[in-house]
Amino acid sequence: MAVVFDRPHALCDCNLHYCPGCTHGIIHRLVAEVIDELGVEGKTVGVAPVGCSVFAYNYFNCDMIEAPHGRAPAVATGVKRACPDDVVFTYQGDGDLAAIGTAETVHAATRGENIVVIFVNNTTYGMTGGQMAPTTLPNQVTQTTPYGRDVNTAGFPIRVCEMLCTLDGVALAQRVAVDTVPHIREAKKAIKKAFQNQIDGKGFSIVEILSTCPTNWGLSPVEALDWLRENMMPYYPLGVYKDSEKGVK
Amino acid sequence: MSERVLMKGNEALAAAAINAGCHHFFGYPITPQTEVAAYMSKMMPKVGGVYLQAESEVAAINMVLGAAAAGKRAMTSSSSPGISLKSEGVSYIAGSDLPCVIINVQRGGPGLGGIQPSQADYWQATKALGHGDYQLLVFAPSTVQEMVDMVTLAFDKADEYRMPAMILADGMLGQMMEPVTLPEPVKELPKKEWAACGHENKRPHNIVNSLYIEPDELERLVDERYERYAHIQETEQRAECIMTEDADIVVVAFGATARIAMSAVRAARQEGIKAGVIRPITLWPFPNDILKETAKTAKAFLTVEMSKGQMVDDVKLAVECAKPVHFFGRTGGVIPQPNEVLEQIRKIAGGIK
Repeated sequence: MAVVFDRPHALCDCNLHYCPGCTHGIIHRLVAEVIDELGVEGKTVGVAPVGCSVFAYNYFNCDMIEAPHGRAPAVATGVKRACPDDVVFTYQGDGDLAAIGTAETVHAATRGENIVVIFVNNTTYGMTGGQMAPTTLPNQVTQTTPYGRDVNTAGFPIRVCEMLCTLDGVALAQRVAVDTVPHIREAKKAIKKAFQNQIDGKGFSIVEILSTCPTNWGLSPVEALDWLRENMMPYYPLGVYKDSEKGVK
Repeated sequence: MSERVLMKGNEALAAAAINAGCHHFFGYPITPQTEVAAYMSKMMPKVGGVYLQAESEVAAINMVLGAAAAGKRAMTSSSSPGISLKSEGVSYIAGSDLPCVIINVQRGGPGLGGIQPSQADYWQATKALGHGDYQLLVFAPSTVQEMVDMVTLAFDKADEYRMPAMILADGMLGQMMEPVTLPEPVKELPKKEWAACGHENKRPHNIVNSLYIEPDELERLVDERYERYAHIQETEQRAECIMTEDADIVVVAFGATARIAMSAVRAARQEGIKAGVIRPITLWPFPNDILKETAKTAKAFLTVEMSKGQMVDDVKLAVECAKPVHFFGRTGGVIPQPNEVLEQIRKIAGGIK
């Protein structure tokens, strides 16, 4: 019997710890499919963050390093400079990448560090139980914004792709989502392009993926996808913000 | 044998690191260690190595973590306030069992403190450079030649025990010029089967990690590390003893301060006071054995430091309070003078008689 759907080799054969309905699983699979298709598992080093995806080091079959909170781009820089022929990627959430690790993110980008950053934006610190993230939307209720995010006191959300696309070192800054099949296909294309950019020596590529957190949002998985479309997509429009082949959007 | 050359401490240290096989340096400017970074930026391109000026001390130590995890000899250098920033990364490096070398050319503190020499980071280096149960190997050079020799030793021992090593220098050693002989470049480096640098489809994936959610597993791993530490404490204590065989008063001092202590002890001997010096070369492991042994014959100890008194605690523990342990120190970047130390020796000698 012909196998028509299988686990990518770059994804370990184990149970993921993610909550039901969380889109981390889809994103893990897309990254693993890309690693398989490019045939680079043997020379890939992944860097896991602190946050929900901290255990990513157990889920990818390539060599893995667990970085301190927010420091994944610096750790990845160390690996890539040590082994320039390796394929190095980080997998980070919004708190890790856009709050505590902002400096590491911005400077890896502006150096044109030849790495891939997979940025999962679900507007929430998920692992610690749903606190305000740098990407939490105005008026969004979280554990630490119980009256909704008041931009007068808690500030505004950060649009990471829009911010990074101004930097010369960035080869690709693209925002995608994994809420529908067409969007999942588009997300995979973006991830593959990011990895191909690195293989071609083009510099820093970031793929921001709008993701859901049904558990901390207090929604069912389907409601969470609706919430993402209704609330996140208007604030964080999908698209290519920079592609070094085509210029800035 | 290489020729002898006149070099500044910081530059000699950097040159020695390159010869020790360190081709990955990640730094950030801070006085009084900036010559290390400047030298690296000049020399690394010539040896095909990596010099990278990080956006912060925090990023620099994490770049070291990455390069070390990939199996390379990696180094960062800084001075006191910068080392505080690196402490998070050092804890992760220790918790991930990674070898690397960290240079601290100490200046006065706390806070921004000053830019003159100090030894006030002794506690930080030997007790608590970051959170959690762990130790660093800590080496304390007292000459520029020793700065050179200790870099190679630090890399070798860090690799051997899979743990971070620190050279705890100070602004005086970093800035002074002395003739040195550099080591020959190493030809072969130890293999690191655990490195995360791509499995080439030849082995299961390697994971470099410091997270262990199960308390029993974390305790077991920390216990294993402490077994290694116990072995190090047995085998790696290093100290220099000068005129201690018949000494009534033993001055204990490390780094540049040991040289000042030597001047004071020579002057004391001329006055007929039997004084000697123990110079700890490793601060962790602390040379407990030689101090305990010396306590059998010495009548009193005098610890001299460029701080308000930090190593003095370890001296008291080492001699198990069998003999009085006195302290003299200057802080804030003020260097103790030989005559000040001599005065202390005279005072103690008066009490003994």
